[in-house]
Amino acid sequence: MTPPAGAGVAEPKSAARTTPATSVEVDSVTIRFAGDSGDGMQLAGTQFTNTSALFGNDIATFPDFPAEIRAPAGTLAGVSGFQVHFSSREVHTPGDVLDALVVMNPAALKTNLKDLKDGGVLIVNSDAFEDNDLKKAKYTVNPLEDGSLKGYKVVRVPVTKLTRESVKESGLTSPRDQDRCKNFFALGLVYWMFERPLDTTLKWIKDKFGKKPEHLPVLEANTRALKAGYNYGDTVEVMPVHYKVAKAPIEPGTYRKITGNEALALGLVAAAHAAGKTLVYSGYPITPASSVLEQLADMKRHGVKTLQAEDEIAACGVAIGASFGGAIGVTGTSGPGICLKSEAIGLAIMTELPLVILDIQRGGPSTGLPTKTEQADLLQAMFGRNGESPAAILAPQSPADCFDIAYEAVRIATRFMCPVFVLSDGYLANGSEPWKLPDVSKLAKIEITHPTEPNSDGTQFHENGDGTKGKYLPYKRDEYLSRPWAIPGTPGLEHRLGGIEKQDTTGNINYEPANHEHMIHTRWKKIENIAHVIPELAVHGPADAELLLIGWGGTYGSIRAACERAQKQGKKVAWAHLRHLNPMPKNTEAVLKRYKQVLVPELNSGQLCWLLRARYLVPAEGLNKVQGRPFLVSEIEAAIAEKLK
Amino acid sequence: MAATALPTLTAKDLTTDQEVRWCPGCGDYSILAQMKKALSTVGVPKEKMAFVSGIGCSSRFPYYMNTYGFHTIHGRAPTFATGLRLAQPDLQIWLVTGDGDGLSIGGNHLMHVLRRNVDIKILLFNNEIYGLTKGQYSPTSRMGTKTKTSPQGSMEQPARPLTVALAAEATFVARTIDVDVQHLTGILQKAAAHKGTAFVEIYQNCKIFNDGVFEYATDKSVKADNLLYLEHGKPMIFGKDRTKGIRLNGLRPEVVQVGKDCGVDDLLIHDETTEDPTLATLLSRMVGPDFPEVVGVYRSVRKPCYEELLQKAADAEIAKKGKGTMADLFKAEDIWTVS
Ligand code: SF4
Repeated sequence: MTPPAGAGVAEPKSAARTTPATSVEVDSVTIRFAGDSGDGMQLAGTQFTNTSALFGNDIATFPDFPAEIRAPAGTLAGVSGFQVHFSSREVHTPGDVLDALVVMNPAALKTNLKDLKDGGVLIVNSDAFEDNDLKKAKYTVNPLEDGSLKGYKVVRVPVTKLTRESVKESGLTSPRDQDRCKNFFALGLVYWMFERPLDTTLKWIKDKFGKKPEHLPVLEANTRALKAGYNYGDTVEVMPVHYKVAKAPIEPGTYRKITGNEALALGLVAAAHAAGKTLVYSGYPITPASSVLEQLADMKRHGVKTLQAEDEIAACGVAIGASFGGAIGVTGTSGPGICLKSEAIGLAIMTELPLVILDIQRGGPSTGLPTKTEQADLLQAMFGRNGESPAAILAPQSPADCFDIAYEAVRIATRFMCPVFVLSDGYLANGSEPWKLPDVSKLAKIEITHPTEPNSDGTQFHENGDGTKGKYLPYKRDEYLSRPWAIPGTPGLEHRLGGIEKQDTTGNINYEPANHEHMIHTRWKKIENIAHVIPELAVHGPADAELLLIGWGGTYGSIRAACERAQKQGKKVAWAHLRHLNPMPKNTEAVLKRYKQVLVPELNSGQLCWLLRARYLVPAEGLNKVQGRPFLVSEIEAAIAEKLK
Repeated sequence: MAATALPTLTAKDLTTDQEVRWCPGCGDYSILAQMKKALSTVGVPKEKMAFVSGIGCSSRFPYYMNTYGFHTIHGRAPTFATGLRLAQPDLQIWLVTGDGDGLSIGGNHLMHVLRRNVDIKILLFNNEIYGLTKGQYSPTSRMGTKTKTSPQGSMEQPARPLTVALAAEATFVARTIDVDVQHLTGILQKAAAHKGTAFVEIYQNCKIFNDGVFEYATDKSVKADNLLYLEHGKPMIFGKDRTKGIRLNGLRPEVVQVGKDCGVDDLLIHDETTEDPTLATLLSRMVGPDFPEVVGVYRSVRKPCYEELLQKAADAEIAKKGKGTMADLFKAEDIWTVS
């Protein structure tokens, strides 16, 4: 989007428009709504996203919350933002730099201005720049007046005053309630600016506030504020242009907008439906994983049973106990919760029961940055338990991919009788994108058989009296070394599981040195066998590429966008993205060894890089960022340029 | 569980081929034997039973019962048992724990499983010591108990398992003794019949590290004076000659001589179905030598279980919106079609 050059600070004009605004066609826009956490910016951003998605743009979003639920109003710590990238092309990231920024107060201006591009549109609620507001945001002079915003196209709008004016006759009387409609006024103005229809949001307001008579004034007020904002843009000459972003060429199908956590929940339930099983999900409230539990708690008619456990350990125990009982046992948390669950996960590894563990990663260590994103739990998932205790690890690469990965996790856990980690992150969890509803008939089958008959053939294990026919041998393995899953209630297959080392095949307690070593190796080999049922690693790039970028998880969009730009410039770079981290696809080593240079972008200090180097002896190098924020595409692009210099 | 014409089990049916490895003379042997006896009468086939345990001497129990079993991790057995219950509404689930497993490392889970009233029968073998780790004091060890980690004697107030359970809203609370075989069997049967979380404390002698700590309650020559056997609807009388009783003086129970201090009518009458757990709590706090220690069923009330309420909520949702299917899983408020 290119606003008129050198627009400078537009003085507020309240003159009615004499000529219609010019319409400018642009192919991609990134906008951020920023304000106090009480200003309703998440709602405004979500509404803008829904409208744009329904309009037909491709979208990617990035909400950015403060760690405190309600930091003191107007302070820097209390700023909440919601970024939307919408386009007439395919988009993979929420955008690096902002084309437009809406700020509801000075604190939001201060914390967000650095991301606005030079010459970008800055819409400011000029009513919120009183001395006291400025002081709370630690401004000594009013930035609207000191010339510091000269490089941007500033649109000063007295949002508070105009909102109050517009809702005067809505039935909402207290100024406090009236002010809560400010976000709708601002949203209306932005809708005008980007030629968006109001109907999606009007319908939302009606659905939300139209049900109870006591809410009707709120319905009325929000509706009026939204329309007033739109009309303000239309009639008052504060904005000389508005922008048009055409529909994106999108694959035909039925779509909805989905966040990563929504997709995880749906993936789990879909897998349970496919397997014909009850889903038992247990979690303990933790940011940013809680919304998975919240959604599943409301899906009881799908055979989902949830339990909000007393702690993280309990949540894991409940999931494993449910698996023992033949259900799909799942627990979800973030990094600190994984620490607490480690011992129980070890038990699931030892008893070879299926278990899915969602880890919505956040900044660590310890409490760290609860609301910020990071990819720093890979090695914890890989090694963070006592003894040698391998588990499968998967990582979704986009919000919509969370659906496929959750589904895949259930498939692997039940096929291989093992715990499977799903390493999502805060960025994927809260970010959203359009998701094409899956064709149910094309989802992979999840076939689970529980034995109903004894499986001993009468020739083995005479020493324990277990060779007799008619015995159930809980650790008798199949071609992938997976064991049978007999469930309580089945006559004749009564057996005991436990965390003590056991003899292979019989499962009897066994402390013999050679047996222990055999079992340690068997548990590893079983996880490695998963490589037989997962797709190979796909590489995207020219055959003569010299540099390979390999990533995992939520960095997919940025890596892909950066590589595609570099490839367009003729750079000899290829990229690949791992969705399976343990085991990795069979061809991973071959892929890595094909390139002169391997660069591993990660939001940590080099964990995948460490694994690749250790396992495949390749001179991989890291591109690392640990700031609680995703990569900018430009950061990766710069690294590619540097490597291919 | 209704006793129908289901196949009756014998103790042998419930025995596994695993060698029992408790120390000779351990109280656990008696509990295992009475458990098999009790279960042979409850009318549940053995594949419909599961034993879940944590870590400790008592927690080896599942290996010796030829039912489904899960020997889990220290203190967390209630969580696994809860998950198992969610997956299997019809199973009879027993949970075997000890004073360290249940009240120390697993104290949190114990409180919450009771509060949720998940249908699980919990047996807490209280031997007032850590046996498996070779004799350290436990959360129920009496003050002054000398062990390797308390060479000057324990300096901690012991936890009272039944008081804890009652405070956590347990719907079935009982106490019995490892060697009082008839009483033990009877309590196990009653626990088996209870719907909801049943909590049974069993005084269990650790022959090796805490031998004789319950002698006052097991020695035939003195036990009648040291124990009060609760009977539903009966006055609280005890003593060798059954001349002593418990009377309530304000909020304080007191020991009285029946016929001398007062008549039988003045004694407390036991009602295990009382909704209010206050009186049961007072009884759970009575300890020797000033009081007899109370054995029997303190409380047995029917309240909805977590899993029942969960099912009810699911049924209501299904009645309203229909059973969820894969096809309607993806429907959202805002879907759009690109053609
Ligand atoms: S240590 Fe004590 S409780 Fe443990 S088996 Fe031996 S006697 Fe029994």
